[in-house]
Amino acid sequence: MDLTIAAILGLDGLTNGAIYALVALALVLVFSVTRIIFIPQGEFVAFGALTLASLQMGKVPGTVWLLVMLAVAGAVLDLVRAARERQAFGRIARRQLGALIGPLLIAACTHWLAPQQPPLLVQVLATLAVVTAMGPLLYRVAYRALSGASVLTLLIVSVGVHFALTGIGLVFFGAEGYRTPAFWEARFDVGPLSFTGQTLIIFGASVALIAALFVFFERTLTGKALRATSVNRTGARLMGISGDAAGAMSFTMAAFIGALSGLLISPSTTIYYDTGFLIGLKGFVAAVFGGLASFPMALGGAIGVGLIESFGSFYASAFKEVIVFTVILPILLWRSFVDPHHEEH
Amino acid sequence: MTRTSLSIAAAVVLLVLPFAPVPDFWITQLNYIGLFSLVVLGLVLLTGVGGLTSFGQAAFAGVGAYATGYLTTVLGLSPWLGLVAGLAVTGVLALVIGALTLRMSGHYLPLATICWCLALYYLVGNLEALGKYDGLLGLPALTIGEFSFQGERRIYLLIWGAALLAALGVTRLLDSRPGRVMRALNTNRGGGATMPEAMGASTFRYKLVMFVIAALLASVSGWLYAHMQRSVNPSPFGIKFGIEYLFMAVLGGIGTVGGAFTGAALVKLAEDQLKVWLPLVFGGSGNYEIIVFGIVLVLVLRFAPDGLWPLMARWLPARGARAVDENAPPLGSRSHPERGAALLDVRKIRKQFGGLVAVNDISFAIRAGDIVGLIGPNGAGKSTTFNLVSGVLPLTSGEVELLGQRVDGRGSRDIARAGLSRTFQHVKLVPDMTVLENVALGIYLRTKSGTLRAMLGLNAAEEAQARAEALRQLRRIGLAEHAHELAGNLALGPQRLVEIARALASDPSLLLLDEPAAGLRHKEKEALAEVLKQLKAEGLSLLLVEHDMDFVMKLTDRIVVMEFGRWLMEGTPAEVQASPAVRAAYLGADE
Repeated sequence: MDLTIAAILGLDGLTNGAIYALVALALVLVFSVTRIIFIPQGEFVAFGALTLASLQMGKVPGTVWLLVMLAVAGAVLDLVRAARERQAFGRIARRQLGALIGPLLIAACTHWLAPQQPPLLVQVLATLAVVTAMGPLLYRVAYRALSGASVLTLLIVSVGVHFALTGIGLVFFGAEGYRTPAFWEARFDVGPLSFTGQTLIIFGASVALIAALFVFFERTLTGKALRATSVNRTGARLMGISGDAAGAMSFTMAAFIGALSGLLISPSTTIYYDTGFLIGLKGFVAAVFGGLASFPMALGGAIGVGLIESFGSFYASAFKEVIVFTVILPILLWRSFVDPHHEEH
Repeated sequence: MTRTSLSIAAAVVLLVLPFAPVPDFWITQLNYIGLFSLVVLGLVLLTGVGGLTSFGQAAFAGVGAYATGYLTTVLGLSPWLGLVAGLAVTGVLALVIGALTLRMSGHYLPLATICWCLALYYLVGNLEALGKYDGLLGLPALTIGEFSFQGERRIYLLIWGAALLAALGVTRLLDSRPGRVMRALNTNRGGGATMPEAMGASTFRYKLVMFVIAALLASVSGWLYAHMQRSVNPSPFGIKFGIEYLFMAVLGGIGTVGGAFTGAALVKLAEDQLKVWLPLVFGGSGNYEIIVFGIVLVLVLRFAPDGLWPLMARWLPARGARAVDENAPPLGSRSHPERGAALLDVRKIRKQFGGLVAVNDISFAIRAGDIVGLIGPNGAGKSTTFNLVSGVLPLTSGEVELLGQRVDGRGSRDIARAGLSRTFQHVKLVPDMTVLENVALGIYLRTKSGTLRAMLGLNAAEEAQARAEALRQLRRIGLAEHAHELAGNLALGPQRLVEIARALASDPSLLLLDEPAAGLRHKEKEALAEVLKQLKAEGLSLLLVEHDMDFVMKLTDRIVVMEFGRWLMEGTPAEVQASPAVRAAYLGADE
């Protein structure tokens, strides 16, 4: 291998690493706030890409129907709970309107927009809106009632949600894969490297998002509330921070990050209904590098995974996935030295 | 009819079925159910009992299948060698993965096994030697001597023979010395490592043992599957099946042997129906059944977290309490120090949490036969001192000598072995074990039977001794009539006494009681005081951390008083009562 190839592989690895970093950040965010190991994060990535692909073809994306289904299911669950707790009718109605109208409005707009083939930017915004709106609904439908359960139970729920979403993805999008157009077709040659506009957008978006997250957690009250919940759920609740609201919030952010990652990666990778799982798991390998707790280390881990993947595919392309997923073993060995007795407490 | 005779009857019916005129279709279904049950039994042990989980069981089955596939088709060796090779490779892999993950929080194992399952799938699918994604064809049928297990009805005997033996082994294991430790580990049911470690058991080792057993059962299932199909390919060993096995376990009932069979049967039968009906509903083709599985999984965890088997088992006769053979020969006892001999010497122990000095150079000594109290106002560092002496927390500095042996820096397991036993301020009993079984946990260090002996049923004599000893200890504290109740059903007072019985069962030279009277009602305190007086009369040495002054004053020979982590004074109860410094510490005083 000469330097040129190394540089090209390095750039490739960094590009993919940036995507894994976004996924890993979402995973750390969700885990630290809710203790949920969010296996279905990858599904948001795939849904983002596939929703845009459908809009490109002028079709109503299946995710619109999924959004409606989730909103209705969430409303039904809420009504059952309200009836059991004998809450006042006015309060129920107000909350239902608030929680139902947003998602239904997004679904209706997207449904209306789809056949008109609006400009790419509008399609992107619609995609982000549809997938992001699914985040809090998913939390409400699948997880909220179990928020006191053990990490293990929540993990098994996650696997159930992953199964259901993948299957639904198959129903809505079929078995074929799609690519979406790049946001920026430009090319820049720097020495042997050739940057595409899309690469720059990936880096730009990742850096912007990481910076935004930093500001959010350090400077805003909501961000601090989420951090408080991640440190001590009961304590935060005693201070008036609702665990449910924090959970829904973290899922909203995770869904948004997922959808964005999907839009960023789909011009260069064909996305199938089940591609998200592998992307999500690579995010997990990165997040485990930071003990599922540290954002900067998850970031480092993600770059590492991206590089290992690109160099691995150069040396032994058939064994690319084998190499990437075996990397978890040395990472775990290292973790076991960093925080050995983490049980119980 | 008892539960045991029903189980035997069910096993006999299952083994006779292939000789009856049952349609081939159902024999095939049962073959699959048996193969799945083998894997799920491992998950019952790992997830339901141990509170750990793995999504990689399908991959371990794959190792078993490919090992025999390669050995028989490429190298032309016997399938029985294939079994041995598969088990060996599986065992080594499980040991490596387990050793890397099981010392850390419980969520690392599932993540590691997902990755490992994917890695193995892509590895096998790309290896030329293993036929890539086409796999290996033409595996021989299994034979014993002249008898060939070719055909559905014949391999059925092997599959169900293995599944039933595994069920028997797991059942026996759960009701044994190692099994009791495994049942105490489940952090999802309030268990954990601290208590079993204080009883002298290595919790890491038992987690590893559970993981390896689960992996080996999956490997056997893979081996049988390969020789039933007479071919191997990667698809049944991917992550989808890894998740499905866990689904079976959760649906059937994650903590029960019956649940493994229920879950395997329900999922297999439902999957066949769904594969027919769902494509008609959705059009096209694909694994639509995973939608239903996913949603059902979430619903089961929400509404029936113990699975379906316990709901069905309610109709079966209750499991009778196993009688205790009180004539079993008594267990050996350790040699205890003479009255008055040096027992515990604590020298300048110190514990810092960051900048906070919780325990500041505390020293005291206990002689054999002493009853020493450790008192002090809230936050004085009593419980921390206690945890330092018993090895639950590591010391920052200082020395602890127990019976002439330095034990500072050693874990609670080693300290238990050296002759110290303890109770916990927050009661640590296993709620779904009987009182007798809980007390038997304390006998861990006095008995030897390991996992294999327990599974093979070779531990009967020792088990009888242990149960008899546990009952003796219960009688000592006056709770013998509650021996067969579930510990979780007792009130706090009796639970505290059970903790004392469990500690006594280890035949300690020194017993540490951590706030035994905290939260007890008046009558319960009186009962506790009676028990402690009796232990004192028997010459047992005690260190007592306590809040209740009255309680301590009446019982102890000497008292050590702590305040803000420091040693305040030491003396007889009368001296302590008379001390102005102690009064100031408790009640505050004018400077």
